[in-house]
Amino acid sequence: MDIHEYQAKELLARHGVHVPRGGLAYSPEQAAYRTREIGGDKWVVKAQIHSGARGKAGGIKLCGSDKEVSDAAEALLGRRLVTHQTGPRGKLVSRLYVEETVNIAQELYLGFVLDRKEERVMIVASAAGGMEIEEIAEKQSDSIIRATVDPGVGMQGFQAREIAFGLGLESNLIGKATETIMGCYQVFRDYDASMLEINPLVVTRDGNLVALDAKMSFDENALFRRPEISELRDKSQEDPRETFASDRGLSYVGLDGNIGCIINGAGLAMATMDMIKIAGGEPANFLDIGGGASPERVAKSFRAVLGDRQVETILVNIFAGINRCDWVAEGVIKAIREVGVDVPLVVRLSGTKVEEGRKILAESGEKVIVADTLAEAAEKAVAAWREAAKNKKAA
Amino acid sequence: MAILLNRSTRVIVQGFTGKIGSFHAEDMKRYGTRLVGGVTPGKGGQTHLGLPVFNTVKGAVRETRAEASIVFVPPPFAADSIMEAADAGIKLCVCITDGIPSQDMMQVKRYMRRYRFEDRMRLIGPNCAGVITPGQALMGIMPGSIYLPGRVGIVGRSGTLGYEAASQMKALGIGVSTSVGIGGDPINGSSFKDILQLFERDDETDAVVMIGEIGGPQEAEAAIWARDNMRKPLIAYIAGLSAPKGRRMGHAGAIISAFGESAQEKVEILKDAGVVIVPTPASFGEVVAETLARTKKAA
Repeated sequence: MDIHEYQAKELLARHGVHVPRGGLAYSPEQAAYRTREIGGDKWVVKAQIHSGARGKAGGIKLCGSDKEVSDAAEALLGRRLVTHQTGPRGKLVSRLYVEETVNIAQELYLGFVLDRKEERVMIVASAAGGMEIEEIAEKQSDSIIRATVDPGVGMQGFQAREIAFGLGLESNLIGKATETIMGCYQVFRDYDASMLEINPLVVTRDGNLVALDAKMSFDENALFRRPEISELRDKSQEDPRETFASDRGLSYVGLDGNIGCIINGAGLAMATMDMIKIAGGEPANFLDIGGGASPERVAKSFRAVLGDRQVETILVNIFAGINRCDWVAEGVIKAIREVGVDVPLVVRLSGTKVEEGRKILAESGEKVIVADTLAEAAEKAVAAWREAAKNKKAA
Repeated sequence: MAILLNRSTRVIVQGFTGKIGSFHAEDMKRYGTRLVGGVTPGKGGQTHLGLPVFNTVKGAVRETRAEASIVFVPPPFAADSIMEAADAGIKLCVCITDGIPSQDMMQVKRYMRRYRFEDRMRLIGPNCAGVITPGQALMGIMPGSIYLPGRVGIVGRSGTLGYEAASQMKALGIGVSTSVGIGGDPINGSSFKDILQLFERDDETDAVVMIGEIGGPQEAEAAIWARDNMRKPLIAYIAGLSAPKGRRMGHAGAIISAFGESAQEKVEILKDAGVVIVPTPASFGEVVAETLARTKKAA
């Protein structure tokens, strides 16, 4: 789960990380008023969306008067910003963060991730901040400093100091840098973060260390014990198809194709999407109905998939272990009768109670294209989609 | 025995009296697993499904001489249960639970290192389908009927995709020595490499099918190990050709966040290491059959 820059900065500031003075605004009036609260004569207006690279997309504006701040806010609010991380639909700007400007002497990079190889929290730092970490790794890989934290004892002061000295900071900044790094680690650990990135962390001309930007993501598996983080969720930043599905306990990821997928198990779901692609089609989504799915749950997944107007065919692929093919078949029929399925529907059932499931489909009298194997299911789905697309064109 | 589990392995269930634990305990018993009891704190002394219930894993081990444990405990308490098993001298722990926080798993892995390697518990999972040695014993949630006993090992992240592979093999008369689900989480107990090492040493396994997916370094690590150390044929499929970068595809660990983590990149790394690639998820059966025929001819 991602949070906004201003939310991350609030969390970090509570743990000893210095951030510029700033305030949130939902309207041009609020944005202009913030300039008076903050003081000074230059401000940045920053679009709050769940994406990096906002500057290049025009989401960050430098202003020299409250009128300019208000105009910038007017131009940004309600707009959809498209960055290379948002996908073509972009993300809606409904909140702005107005911040004082700082005099930058040097830009650093500081990141915390879960390293899957070491199975520990890893700190990544570089004196070449300001560009994305992938770019730093490519252009100045020598500048990257890495350290991992022993989960038994947590991060130690010497590790933070080693990083601070490794960054080549002046001696008067070592203490501040150590405090910043330890503060970040504390936030990462205490709130079950999965990613924390300060880019850039800046050395100011007056000898301070300030987090100019902040990005954080959290481990969704740990949200049961982090209600204060759940509270920061901003549904306006999510794909509405995904919000609909996740509110109903379904694991769904929206994609750009036309063949909707309803599958059990994440691996089989990915494999079925691959098979659709190999057969010449494009999947519209990833959807895992999970184990022990009731007919109601299956019907709900049809609602989620059909909520996407690009879907022109649906493929259901179930290999039942703890699921039951008869329940799935009942769910399919329920969906046809209650939700209304106006696109071709291909169903492949396998595993527990498969005979019962096939019988329910056959005896229902509903129009369902049945397939026995994964290959057949993908081929039939792609063929049905092509046919439907042709008819649509003719009509 | 194939690997990890056979018909004489003494197994307990943690989270025994719960709905999910009970359901699968009965299923495992039916399949032939030697279940000797279970643990539910506070219900010690009771009998459940005809077996003794214990308050602690230590108590269960003392009374039943259990060597293996399967965990169905809910996510907030699962890490604690795994560590309890490790401390009680359990040798093999299979954790089915999906949704354990990553930081809890980091602590589990750290905790397990307090034991010498020879005494250390082997953890399979979490968020996995478990382990089955067809015709002998099941410690997991997979449908036993789709596996034919035989001589090909399977190791994979996903449950249902593993079923797909096993059933395609069964349709061609190819059986399985042991199938191991290592789970879909970013931090897991045993890696692909760990399981390949066991299959390589096993006299009852002739070839291994590895079913990987996007995200993480474990498939590449396994491929390099296999290139340098494995004499048995390794056959692999990587799921997620159509998965976009930076999106989590169901499994907590199925996300492309670094170079080398996409399906295409992993397939290239595997190919370079000499691994036989299953090109589509519909061709597990035929590729395994071809590989076995080729190996037989060469021998």
